[in-house]
Amino acid sequence: MKASAFTYHKPNSLEDALGLLQNEEDAKVLAGGQSLMPMLNMRFVQPETVIDVNGLDELARISVTDKLEIGALTRQKTLAKDPTIKQHLPIMQEALTWVGHFQTQSRGTIGGSLCHLDPAAELPMVALLYDAELQVASASGIRSIPMQEWALAYMMPSIGPDELLTKIMIKPWQGSHGYGFQEFARRHGDFAIAAAGCLIKIDNNIIEDIAISIGGVEDVPRRFTECEDVLRGMRYDIDDIKTHVREPLSQINYLDDSLVTGAYRRRLLKGLLIRAIEQAASRS
Amino acid sequence: MQEHEVQMQVNGKVVSGKVESRTHLGDFLRQSAGLTGTHLGCEHGVCGACTVIVDGDAVRSCLMLAVQADNCEVTTIEGIAEADGTLHPLQEAFRNNHALQCGFCTAGMITSLHAFLSENPNRSETEIREAISGNICRCTGYQGIVSAAMEAAEKLAKR
Repeated sequence: MKASAFTYHKPNSLEDALGLLQNEEDAKVLAGGQSLMPMLNMRFVQPETVIDVNGLDELARISVTDKLEIGALTRQKTLAKDPTIKQHLPIMQEALTWVGHFQTQSRGTIGGSLCHLDPAAELPMVALLYDAELQVASASGIRSIPMQEWALAYMMPSIGPDELLTKIMIKPWQGSHGYGFQEFARRHGDFAIAAAGCLIKIDNNIIEDIAISIGGVEDVPRRFTECEDVLRGMRYDIDDIKTHVREPLSQINYLDDSLVTGAYRRRLLKGLLIRAIEQAASRS
Repeated sequence: MQEHEVQMQVNGKVVSGKVESRTHLGDFLRQSAGLTGTHLGCEHGVCGACTVIVDGDAVRSCLMLAVQADNCEVTTIEGIAEADGTLHPLQEAFRNNHALQCGFCTAGMITSLHAFLSENPNRSETEIREAISGNICRCTGYQGIVSAAMEAAEKLAKR
């Protein structure tokens, strides 16, 4: 349970960090360390070089223009208490109550959650709901990636070895709407066995718009567009909704492993999804 | 092998030493600072036994490199009681409520609760249970620990 030897760098500027990422072979970025450190300790990863980005204060800021810009190095504990997040993105704070423990939130970062991309991670689910844009930088420039294209495969985000996630840009929904986030884990703070997030806009009892994200049930957290398409435009009636979500829920390729069966995940997700929709509707 | 000079304040005293890049804070505290009260259980952030307080925040000492704690202020279980040995209300309450058996998780429980209650001692039982949900105890069944935390919280709130 000890990491293998590596060379440690702690750049003081983004430019230096990107230079290191470009020049060092086999480098890993260390931010909050709440995913990388376990992987190092267990030698799941044995990089030659670790680049500690904790000195890059410019990546730890939250600002608002027409959208919310969250620096990738913003700690989860900051997000959980920040008044700007509370005002514009309360679902993120609700989702954070499920993220690890307060001792891991004191170091864990939003960028780390997005780059580690655990199938059950809550923060990617929130970013998905809003079609967030992720800004990544490298020595050759900056590009931005829509959240729905971020996950390529199991724990594999769309980011190159010489790139660094710098910013998450989120456009909050306008007008009256509600949000809901539901999850089940064996222990408070453990990775979700299943989780569902929902944003809903209801006008005259008609579901004018809806966004749903699901986590823990497949290889990657994702938008549940098949279900959204079925529900959008429907009258808001929870019994009708329960009937209509059946088909899209049955199409999911549920993770099935020695600890949790796919059938159990399917049952859980159904209940959590309905609760998330009800919770969102009650707040709209 | 790359080594770094580090210096930090541990329980009010300056501790310095040479560490390898890969050495985590928990190993540094135990092996270089000789503070073996910090226990390493799982070393991947799940059990909470190694929790220490760094610049006011409870953190897993197995998930932070020693070199990252350079110039930081660290409090371990050895720094919780007063200098004359008077126990902290949390330690008193743990004794009163039989909140430990083997003691392996205790250092992490107390450092976690210390950070949690320092921020705000007015906490409900549910909040306390959630706060220690990241600390695994294999002996007690948690009841004594929760009772101790409630008792200490009440005392700390009156301070």
